[in-house]
Amino acid sequence: MRLSDHPILPVERARSVRFTYRGQELSSHQGETISAALYAAGIKVFGHHPKDGAPQGLFCANGQCAQCMVIADGEPVKSCMELVSDGMVVEPADGLPELPRAVSPPPLRDVETVATRVLIIGGGPAGMSAALELAGRGVQTLLVDDKHRLGGKLVLQTHRFFGSIDAVYAGTRGTDIATRLERDVSGLDSVEVWLNSTVLGVYSDGMVGVLRGDGRYVQVEPEVLLVAAGAREKSLTFAGNTLPGVYGAGAFQTLVNRDLVKAADRLFIVGGGNVGLIAGYHALQAGIEVVGLCEAMPECSGYRVHRDKLARLGVPIHTSHTVLSAQGDGHVESVTIAAVDEAFQRIPGTERSYACDTLLIAVGLDPVDEFYHAARRYGMSVYSAGDAQEIAEASAAIFSGKMVGLEIARSLGVEAGEVPAEWARMAEVLRSKPGARVAPAPVADEVGVVPVFHCSEEIPCNPCTSVCPQDLIFIDPEDIRKVPEYLGGPDADECLGCEQCVVICPGLAITLVDYRREPDYPTVTMAYEFATDTVAIGDQLVALDAEGAVLGSVEVEDVQPIPRGDRTVLLKLRVPAAMAKHLAGVELQGGWASQPLPEALEPLTDEQIVCRCERVTAGEIRELIGRGYRDMNELKAVTRAGMGACGGKTCGTLIARLFREEGVADADFKGFIPRPLFVEVPLGVFAGGSVSTGDPAPGSGNGRDRS
Amino acid sequence: MTMPHYDVAIIGAGSVGAPAALAMARDGLKVLVIESLPSQGQGSNKAAIGGVRATHSDVAKIRLCLRTIEIMSGWEEKYGHDIEWRGGGYVFVAYRETEEQKLKQLLTRQHMHGLDIDWYGAAELLEIVPDLNPDGLLGGTFSPGDGHCSPLLAGHAYCDQAKRYGATFRYNEQITGIVVEGGRVRGLETDRGRYGADVVINAAGAWAGEVGRLVGLDHPIKPDSHEAGITEPVAHFMDPMVVDIRPAPGSANYYFHQLATGQVAFCITPDPPILGFDCRETSDFLPQISRRMVEVMPRLSRLRVRRTWRGLYPMTPDGSPLVGWADAPGGYLMAIGMCGQGFMLGPGLGELLSRLVLDRLTAEDREVLAELSPERAFAGEEVLK
Repeated sequence: MRLSDHPILPVERARSVRFTYRGQELSSHQGETISAALYAAGIKVFGHHPKDGAPQGLFCANGQCAQCMVIADGEPVKSCMELVSDGMVVEPADGLPELPRAVSPPPLRDVETVATRVLIIGGGPAGMSAALELAGRGVQTLLVDDKHRLGGKLVLQTHRFFGSIDAVYAGTRGTDIATRLERDVSGLDSVEVWLNSTVLGVYSDGMVGVLRGDGRYVQVEPEVLLVAAGAREKSLTFAGNTLPGVYGAGAFQTLVNRDLVKAADRLFIVGGGNVGLIAGYHALQAGIEVVGLCEAMPECSGYRVHRDKLARLGVPIHTSHTVLSAQGDGHVESVTIAAVDEAFQRIPGTERSYACDTLLIAVGLDPVDEFYHAARRYGMSVYSAGDAQEIAEASAAIFSGKMVGLEIARSLGVEAGEVPAEWARMAEVLRSKPGARVAPAPVADEVGVVPVFHCSEEIPCNPCTSVCPQDLIFIDPEDIRKVPEYLGGPDADECLGCEQCVVICPGLAITLVDYRREPDYPTVTMAYEFATDTVAIGDQLVALDAEGAVLGSVEVEDVQPIPRGDRTVLLKLRVPAAMAKHLAGVELQGGWASQPLPEALEPLTDEQIVCRCERVTAGEIRELIGRGYRDMNELKAVTRAGMGACGGKTCGTLIARLFREEGVADADFKGFIPRPLFVEVPLGVFAGGSVSTGDPAPGSGNGRDRS
Repeated sequence: MTMPHYDVAIIGAGSVGAPAALAMARDGLKVLVIESLPSQGQGSNKAAIGGVRATHSDVAKIRLCLRTIEIMSGWEEKYGHDIEWRGGGYVFVAYRETEEQKLKQLLTRQHMHGLDIDWYGAAELLEIVPDLNPDGLLGGTFSPGDGHCSPLLAGHAYCDQAKRYGATFRYNEQITGIVVEGGRVRGLETDRGRYGADVVINAAGAWAGEVGRLVGLDHPIKPDSHEAGITEPVAHFMDPMVVDIRPAPGSANYYFHQLATGQVAFCITPDPPILGFDCRETSDFLPQISRRMVEVMPRLSRLRVRRTWRGLYPMTPDGSPLVGWADAPGGYLMAIGMCGQGFMLGPGLGELLSRLVLDRLTAEDREVLAELSPERAFAGEEVLK
């Protein structure tokens, strides 16, 4: 099903196109990927694996693996990258695909070489910020990104960003930051941008191979390389972990927030970091039920405000719980979780199963740093920024890109001055992990208008301080990780009730309690980022405190869109005085959505898959480790783990983890030796052909429309 | 603690060392294999793309590879490991008269050695490899008895089986010295220990020269490097290994075949050769080989490349291996300079080495060893590399 409406994102559909899947006629829109079109039609199994016939479906949604392979007009293609075209005939990829026939060779051409002072890989927050900094100093730069627009993962983020309002656009939605940075970068004379362009490898002669947006292979020779390629999601081994419907939060956000497809009806999330928590929020915005979220640690590692935001919409957060199994006949139908003890061992008897159709894996990120390391090995002048350098928030990526941009300019002999000390300090603050849990000092007054901060953890964030017309909200500018302090009160200036702090708070963690009209039943104003048809004046809602505990029932007095605002709605609630300062949210999703099944299901006996491309199980790997194998390259040779389409990007960390679990220290085993290519590209393209013009007509696709 | 003693210590668990260890352990020798890398086959063995042919031009290679083909083709039945042997044959294509003549001349010699190889005209060759570019195709040779096998799985199987016969493999261990007393080798020293051995076999591939220097010998081995790659898997469409020996700017021959698992593996011979130990990926390789492959087989232009790598060919002055005892020290045996054919020579050679150590040589073995003698004069050059 496609989303017809979204509280934050504009829903604009291009002209519709028709295609068939297994002979069934389906409709799509110009510019939509095959995978999105199939998901919109409720089709989630795209084929079956040649080795064991296991059902295959969308996994990375990013062109990195080949789990989503389908046969489009006779050619095997990655459905997450290939766009639907009018009249396209799509078939599932069952078993190994036939290589399409060809009679004559493509026209052969020499590979074009392009020289540049700086090559930036990745047009996300870090890459764009670096490009801006370099442009400010007139340094000629080539920015290469594999998506159809700049912005990286920012374009998938519907929530407002944390961080410093002065340094990094805090308080603005990720999508809006992406648009602003994209506009700034696109207007620069000294920055050339290649979209839909994927870097394939960094070579020992200092060349960087790029599959350019026009479908041609080009070699770029940079004086300086900046790797700002972001991060990739970690995976997890559990029974049923490769069932279609189990995938990463990034893939989910792509489906929901880019493709505007209602990818799931009932979602369960594994992992309580920011990525998992935010994905849950995005799901709710798209009208998807979030059945629950489990996190193996006793506390979620993401920002408290993200966690609370989800909890106080009615999503249960199961800490100290792990996923045992995804169950289903060809697709996820349920998940079984269990509590774990301090040693992360499952506690028998605590198993519970939940009906769901999608299981999101959000168990952390790894830097996409292979280009950086290759360039280092080859003695190139290379830098990294953003997640490719260190996993942190996008705000930190923006700032790290800015700093690295300056450093690169300096390295090229451009008059640029030292990196200011306050930048370094800000970078450190933005990168910092959540700090102490600190409850902001409560405001005792119960007269006039009183702001309440439901923000109880030290994180780098200060937008609220910048909007108060009375300057009544204080966070130490020297350390924006502190929780806000309210300076107003009967003996000082008073809150005017302008509501701007409520609107701008990225954590939706500020409410205003207005005692002026009816002291016993003050009006509480809270921010609401969901479809306006989900609430109406006069509704009785379940009020929740900051952590999601039920306070009682309250009545909606008003639903106010904000003039010239960015789609946040304000709810005005009539709340008993005793409850008013505790109220931090209203339940969006009733408890019924998150009820477990009456009885826990027996976890699948299926072996856990480590290498999903080649269907290698954890059991096979463990056995070989037990027999003394200590070289992942030998495991690869024997089992094929890591030889698949994704090039070991998914299983590499999982196998390393199995070694550790088997008691082998990192120093005692050898990891995969990295090899090009980053993604698979047809031979004809290296011969001088093109992906898009069809002269060798390969269907590698890269978000290109082949029509 | 007494020093462990072995009949034979093999330096290198690669294309030669692993099957040699297997043959010797099966023949009852107490075998130690020392490997500096973390596991078997991690040097040049895993860089091989797996072609195995007996259709060479010299008798030594022909005999050794014929035996290798027997071993590989019967392996699964005999030992149980699937090493993905496929007897799809080799096709050498000719698109110019130069190559046609060269291949036909060679046929005479190959027929003399009783090899099953013949010339096929363009139409017949297209029946064997339907996807060859028919445009300008003159024909080619086809040798149905040749084939291909997984170097990764075969190397592993040899080691596994050698261990079952009692061989000891030690990895991540650097040779620091070869102990020589009274003119004979007595054992090995490594960064982790000392081992007694009556015979030390240099099977160190591209690194054989370094080992030779430990006993004061200067082996005429110079590695050069070749780059290779592999594609995504597709349904079976091609049986033989296809070889094109036409030169082109920057390269001599190149060859490719479809693996049992559906991928196409390919490799090219740079010309002039790239000398040295450098195995880092180059930007030239893919454009260079892709042009040549899609020209000979247009259907490949749609096939996606998955991964590339570069491996070493330990070259000798005349393109043939050096196999035999050193004059001094006694007990030092060379099995080096495989010139990129270690994977196909190894199993046959391993058995020969075992017979050599056990003094059980046949008359044919002596002919082979005479041809591969480290003491030979390097006059000739191989007709068909």
